[in-house]
Amino acid sequence: MKPSIQQLAIVSGKGGTGKTSIAASFAKLANQRIVVDCDVDASNMPLVLPHTIIQEIPFFGEKKAVISQDRCRGCGDCVIYCRFNAIKDFYVVEPVLCEGCAVCAMMCPYEAIDMVEHQSGTVVISQSDGQPFLYANMGIGEGNSGKLVSELREKAKSIAEEENYNLIIIDGPPGIGCPVIASITGTTHVLIVTEPTISGIHDLERIVQLTQHFRIPSSVCINKSDISAENRQLIMDICNKNNIPVIGTIPYDEDVIRAQIAGKTVVEYSEGSASQEITKLWQTVQTMLQATIAK
Amino acid sequence: MNIAIASGKGGTGKTTLSATLAFYASQFQTTALLDCDVEEPDANLLLKINVENRYPVNVLIPQVDMDACTGCGKCQKVCQYNAIVLIKARPLVLPELCHSCGGCYLACPEHAIKEIPRPIGTIETGNSNNLFYAAGVLNIGEHITTPLIDEVKKEHRHATLRIIDAPPGSSCPVIHAMEHSDFVILVAEPTPFGFHDVVLAYQVAKSLSIPCGIVINNMVEEYEPLRNFIHNENIPLLATIPHDINIARSTTQDNLIDYMISNYGQHIQNIYEYCTNRVIL
Repeated sequence: MKPSIQQLAIVSGKGGTGKTSIAASFAKLANQRIVVDCDVDASNMPLVLPHTIIQEIPFFGEKKAVISQDRCRGCGDCVIYCRFNAIKDFYVVEPVLCEGCAVCAMMCPYEAIDMVEHQSGTVVISQSDGQPFLYANMGIGEGNSGKLVSELREKAKSIAEEENYNLIIIDGPPGIGCPVIASITGTTHVLIVTEPTISGIHDLERIVQLTQHFRIPSSVCINKSDISAENRQLIMDICNKNNIPVIGTIPYDEDVIRAQIAGKTVVEYSEGSASQEITKLWQTVQTMLQATIAK
Repeated sequence: MNIAIASGKGGTGKTTLSATLAFYASQFQTTALLDCDVEEPDANLLLKINVENRYPVNVLIPQVDMDACTGCGKCQKVCQYNAIVLIKARPLVLPELCHSCGGCYLACPEHAIKEIPRPIGTIETGNSNNLFYAAGVLNIGEHITTPLIDEVKKEHRHATLRIIDAPPGSSCPVIHAMEHSDFVILVAEPTPFGFHDVVLAYQVAKSLSIPCGIVINNMVEEYEPLRNFIHNENIPLLATIPHDINIARSTTQDNLIDYMISNYGQHIQNIYEYCTNRVIL
């Protein structure tokens, strides 16, 4: 039997905890993997994973309403029916506010409104270290980031099937909303990267609730673990209470920033303490994923 | 005056700056802090204002009267979000996918659809002296954040200064948070990630025609591309705050805002004065 494709998502709730630095290092350490940057709002992985672009595919999200100035008689019905306040005087659709519901087009008595395809981003398929690396460029202020994340993951999955990759590493966005949900649903395991700060702790609790809501197995890694012993203990307590294993602690290490400035992953750039702990963490993650296959 | 604080990248210090600036400003005028990062609202962890009011935010979703429904499928056809699907000629509503546009309700020829409220989160409000606070808290598992952001922004309209703590990213939630602001303070880290993402946040503000100022935070060393960008785009640099591990180290018992004011009071004052003087001019 063909082994199933495993998907590891790296998320955090809070931004800036070190998701991308860890995910990019994993991409470097894994022998055979596809890596996907699902933080489509602000994708940073391409800055530390040198890559060659193979294909750029336009992504069409929702359609947008366009009012034909020739056919419009100025009755203003569209303004009344639009719930997104996307139609401005006298009568032009503001594209960033239009959610593509098409209610205005349906209600316009003069059929003066067309729903037009709208490119809201680009899916980029590239190669990094001779292996697939996928990310997206989303247009400024676009909606539908969840849909773009799903599109990226679909593409990654089909490449995995065609080219026999059995691991997909996903770098997720911050938060707990639409794009995060799209990044973690259907994954094998979620690694939550947190930090021992007040907001790190609060945000950890919310992302833990989210992974439990969707019943996805998860574990925690404490980054910058040595900045506060007291806060670190609070994280351990939350994890114990929720039965989530803490599988790694990474000390604060300025090499992480230096690696970023050099455009490299931490594990390539440095042999310091953070680099060593990320390598150990990767070994633990691998063992854990193998145990899931055995089951 | 509404001032939004944004950064693109998460963890650059938006919330610490928002809360400190709001606290500082409240000595001089009625100030509101509106936490629009509804996925992870953290501002009150720093302000520690007693929450006096909580109320749910609802969105409208369709409810189908099965006796009146003839199974014609018009509702499914008009829905652009696949939030209403026909199974054996009976419509099934998928609430999480619904954008509350009202299309199905308008399209139903039998008037078999009515719209009912569905909670997606909570608004929390409170105040301490001259400082008013409101935050949106998204319910776990909800996808759509923008109605909650819009609701937070309706709070504390009486305040003469309203500071909006925006979510990370550059997509529609950021637009909703920034919209109608008079000024945007960008918080940039002098790193490749911080630079890349603050450019995105700047472009969002630009697309809304809102003027910006920039604060460099967590400064360890100069990052040339960021400097050049600030120079080329002619963005006023309001302050440069050094990297200070004590900020990250603080615990819930500590008063981070006191620490910020006593160590970086001059920076905060400069930012405040720049923003207030802009409006007078």
